[in-house]
Amino acid sequence: MGYTLNFSAVWRNFDFLLSGLALSLGLAIISILIGAVIGLLLAFALTSKSRIAVMPAQAYVTIIRNLPILVLVLFVFFALPQLGFRLDKVRSFVLVLSVYSGAYLAEVFRAGLLSIPKGLTEAGLSIGLTSMQIRGSIIAPLMLRNVLPSLSSTIISLFKDTSLAAAIAVPELTFAARKINVESFRVIETWLVTSALYVATCFLIAILMRFVERRLALPR
Amino acid sequence: MGKTILDIQGLRKTYGQHEVLKGVDCMVQEGEVISIIGSSGSGKTTMLRCINMLEEFQGGKISLDGEEIGYHVDGGTRRRKSEKEIARQRALTGMAFQQFNLFPHMTAAENIMLGLVKVKRMSKPAARSIAEKWLDRVGLAARANHYPGQLSGGQQQRVAIARAIAMAPRLMLFDEVTSALDPELVGEVLQVIKGLAADGMTMLLVTHEMRFAYEVSSRVIFMNQGVICEEGDPKDMFVRPKTERLAEFLKSSSFN
Amino acid sequence: MSHTFLEQLWIARYVILNGIGVTVSISLLAILVGSVLGVFVGLALVYAGAILRLVMRAYTDIIRGTPVLVLVLASYYVSSAVGLDLGPFSAGVLALAIFCSSHVGEIVRGALQAIPRGQTEAAKAIGLTFTQAFTSVLWPQAMRQCLPAWVNTAAEMVKASTLLSVIGVAELLLRTQEIISRNFMSLQFYFLAGGLYFIINFGIERFGKYVERKTALPS
Repeated sequence: MGYTLNFSAVWRNFDFLLSGLALSLGLAIISILIGAVIGLLLAFALTSKSRIAVMPAQAYVTIIRNLPILVLVLFVFFALPQLGFRLDKVRSFVLVLSVYSGAYLAEVFRAGLLSIPKGLTEAGLSIGLTSMQIRGSIIAPLMLRNVLPSLSSTIISLFKDTSLAAAIAVPELTFAARKINVESFRVIETWLVTSALYVATCFLIAILMRFVERRLALPR
Repeated sequence: MGKTILDIQGLRKTYGQHEVLKGVDCMVQEGEVISIIGSSGSGKTTMLRCINMLEEFQGGKISLDGEEIGYHVDGGTRRRKSEKEIARQRALTGMAFQQFNLFPHMTAAENIMLGLVKVKRMSKPAARSIAEKWLDRVGLAARANHYPGQLSGGQQQRVAIARAIAMAPRLMLFDEVTSALDPELVGEVLQVIKGLAADGMTMLLVTHEMRFAYEVSSRVIFMNQGVICEEGDPKDMFVRPKTERLAEFLKSSSFN
Repeated sequence: MSHTFLEQLWIARYVILNGIGVTVSISLLAILVGSVLGVFVGLALVYAGAILRLVMRAYTDIIRGTPVLVLVLASYYVSSAVGLDLGPFSAGVLALAIFCSSHVGEIVRGALQAIPRGQTEAAKAIGLTFTQAFTSVLWPQAMRQCLPAWVNTAAEMVKASTLLSVIGVAELLLRTQEIISRNFMSLQFYFLAGGLYFIINFGIERFGKYVERKTALPS
């Protein structure tokens, strides 16, 4: 085979990989936050009783969930400028990942909303709270606790999707890895370390989420 | 007096640090109907589950029709029998569970046929006719092609009993078979069991149904904290309990 | 150059059909190989001895913790470096199959562990051996349980096939990009590509629901 492992090229460029990872995390955090807002609004729309709310929300979720992210990324970056919307690489990607996250988080939040007993809304109404107040003070906090497990796996999944930014040359972790790979020819070492960085980050996110879960848990 | 079907000697079982069975001795003759009563934690269900090796036991000996169950004791050494051997021995007893445990992806008839075809190596038509016979016996001939999801709890339990008994076991084991049923469905299951008892089936029943134990059992065993505390004819025991624990138990179970 | 979308579409029709064909073959191969592998991974996760279980656990955790694009790129670059003459198509399908196997392994593990203990006990009580109990009682129930998640994984594989465009495999997305580089109609053709992927995935979703209905037990 004639391939001897030599990690020096990777260690020399390790800070390059780390800054890539930092960008990946940054992209993920912003997109997921925006996506969470979108998702929450969609979830309320999906569980509402009026068809005018449900149908567009359902259309949004169904369409986005059945499209490959890469197609969306290329569409926003290369095709939208033809309509006059020209965004730089990073903003394009954040837009796409936010829209994509919104569709997936909508499903997570919808399941969470459905798990809350109806009686709570009625109790809120009977003390005179408005629908909006009930949603904000009663339903959303309870739902958040319920969905933390599936929210955790969705967030981890969305973080991994930041690797697609590499396709439009955003210098996140995967892009950095590919650059090092191409320049140093140290293929196995590069991808091993890159994979390890992703796996470690996902693991840390999972631990963080479990910590949040325990902190928010109601005393029993 | 028939032959001895089951002989339990010095049965011991521990769960980690906790000793669940502390030396149980019991002999069951052919045709006997024995109810095992006691509060939860007394070890009654564990003892039943040792008989068909759903639970391992660490001490003592269980013999079914003269055969050593589960373990082979030779002088000082104790060896667990092979999985194949244990599977064969399990087919010698039949068990009905509290949660029925019918196979949801098979019809009532198919549930019964599975053991007959796979273990007793019968042909499908032969198995089918036995299954139908037993379904008829428990009053469910019309439901042969229904799935468990389409049956009520009482019906499911009756199918479960038919499934166990169709294997022609030497001994039937009933593990609290009415505890998970709505009250109005309990009667139909007890009827089936009474009928099987009348036909001469040797049975061990762990049960909370005191009235049933009183009316149908030839013998009652009262267990407490891993040992047999008192046993005898229910018509004596329930009216004149010899031990204080049994007296307390009978009082708290509102038997009159 | 003719300037309507439909005219350009007509000119490009074989290229597009070709692209769809490659996308479908990538997806099918990845799903089939990945699922077969995944079943073994799942069985190992539930029934194997401690060491093998640990190895499988590490395998699934590492694969699932790595983005698919990284798996694809790694497979492509590493295979040529170590002398395996795979070429982009095979390297890409290999990466997707491995990705699929880790997901299917988790699905199978979850489905088997979700079966109530009473089922195994009832099977033992009538004297079935482990193999008999598994084939007649446990696996049929597990398969029904797996179905929705597995259909989901299949749709994910179709979406992941687009990543092979990055290593130069001429599937639908790369073909779309080729067409656009000729006629500059990026809006229309990306829209078309999106529409085609949507139809394929939506079709898979619908088919999955159909199979679920057909195999559901009457209640």
